[in-house]
Amino acid sequence: MKLFRMLGRSIRDAVKSVIRNFSLSLASISCITITLIIVAVAIIASLNVQNFTEAIEKDMTIVVFVENDAEKEEVEKIESKIKEIPNVEKYTYQTKQEVKEKMQEESEVFNTVLNNWEDEESPLKDTFQVKVKNVEKIKATAERIGRIEKVSVVRYGEGMVDKMVTAFASVEKVTYGIVIALVLVTVFLIINTIKLTISARKKEIGIMRLVGASNLTIKLPFIIEGMILGLFGSIVPVLITTYGYLAFYKHFDGYLYSKLIQLIQPEPFIYQTALAVIGIGILVGMIGSASAVKRYLKI
Amino acid sequence: MDLIRMKNVDKKYKNGVTAIYDLNLAIEKGSFVFVIGGSGSGKSTLIKMLYREEKPTKGQVIVGGLDVAKLKNKKVYKLRRKLGIVFQDYRLLPKQTVYENVAFALECIGEKRDIIRVKVLKALEDVGLKNKVHEYPDNLSGGEQQRVAIARAIVNDPKLLLCDEPTGNLDPEKSMEIMRVLESINKTRGTTIIMATHDKEIVNKMKKQVITLKDGHLVKFKQKGTYVE
Repeated sequence: MKLFRMLGRSIRDAVKSVIRNFSLSLASISCITITLIIVAVAIIASLNVQNFTEAIEKDMTIVVFVENDAEKEEVEKIESKIKEIPNVEKYTYQTKQEVKEKMQEESEVFNTVLNNWEDEESPLKDTFQVKVKNVEKIKATAERIGRIEKVSVVRYGEGMVDKMVTAFASVEKVTYGIVIALVLVTVFLIINTIKLTISARKKEIGIMRLVGASNLTIKLPFIIEGMILGLFGSIVPVLITTYGYLAFYKHFDGYLYSKLIQLIQPEPFIYQTALAVIGIGILVGMIGSASAVKRYLKI
Repeated sequence: MDLIRMKNVDKKYKNGVTAIYDLNLAIEKGSFVFVIGGSGSGKSTLIKMLYREEKPTKGQVIVGGLDVAKLKNKKVYKLRRKLGIVFQDYRLLPKQTVYENVAFALECIGEKRDIIRVKVLKALEDVGLKNKVHEYPDNLSGGEQQRVAIARAIVNDPKLLLCDEPTGNLDPEKSMEIMRVLESINKTRGTTIIMATHDKEIVNKMKKQVITLKDGHLVKFKQKGTYVE
């Protein structure tokens, strides 16, 4: 009960103080707002990148073409050798007939073209489609398969995907740098806001101390004030990111450029992000005010 | 029983000035004690050590069973809740009414609203300001403001009331008014009062215990004493 009374008092004091130092509070809130917008965009972007790189990696397959003159036993031998490789998760075998049927199903053009070919003159080959356990070692695995007898060509998404992932990773790093710098600026601004509040209430604090208010009781209003600033600062970023991402997702129909780059479903993703943004806002406010209280309220 | 005990207390400030030398003192519960002496005699330092504004450099200060010297900064509030303090400059909050100023002391320690009401009105009655509850400090005379400060100091029923030159800013008539209030608090509430002052007239009139300090040394501790230079 007592705790609730003290908490109520602290919240009342904090709100009063936010209103009293309105201009500086507004500056802090705007700074938090800008920071959080960028933080939110960074979160959404990096989670999306993570999402589709994972999807791409899952999709990566080594395609092994078997030479046309391979006998049945030789194909079996290739199969057993593929099976031996530890990085191979699973594989499927398709004869050229099956490959042809599948291709015909997929496309009208292939259908007509492939119909003109007899089995003997078909350019298609029997294939193994190999999925690996660890995508990072896909190159070594592909090379190993390539050395097997009667294997003609081995293909996988060479380089392209890797380069894309690295590029995104470096963009992410730069974003993180900006976010950290902005967070620091925000914390600094909050420290100054709270410092002003503290100096405006020096007399009151002195009396509180004399009449036996505990240190926590004295500090709590200021910390809550910081949290309120953080909370207010997170309103606009939450709205922007929530509606922004919904619109973005709708506009691109869930895919970016190609079906390969799939966006994360907005629900419940945006709500989680919004919650994280609010949490970061409140936390930044709290850290700022706590450090101000520590620095300027040596009691 | 002794409410305050000081044993071999030395106080040396960081700037090298020694304010108190080897002070030994015991003050009984319920007493009314004047601390007198010229400026720089160590009166204020003595009072300050009792509410732990200052820590003794050496020796032991025990107030109501609490060892003040060993009290950590975080725990100071435990001591402060046992005592009330009145200063020469009143230290009231100008934007709050008389009632709010007194209630503030109880709000700060999380007292219930209805209990606050009862206690605040009782304290204001004791200092004779029941009819000025809703005034702001700026509209009161100096003597009245000091009585508000006294009400705030006693509202939590402390065992000890420390007064550091409470009549320093007041004319003799108002000063006596304050003294009557303090005396009645001492009698009716049984609050121990320690008051630092350099007002001879008051000390001589009141005939209370007197601690005389000179250059940081205890010169005399007399029952029913008078002001001696």
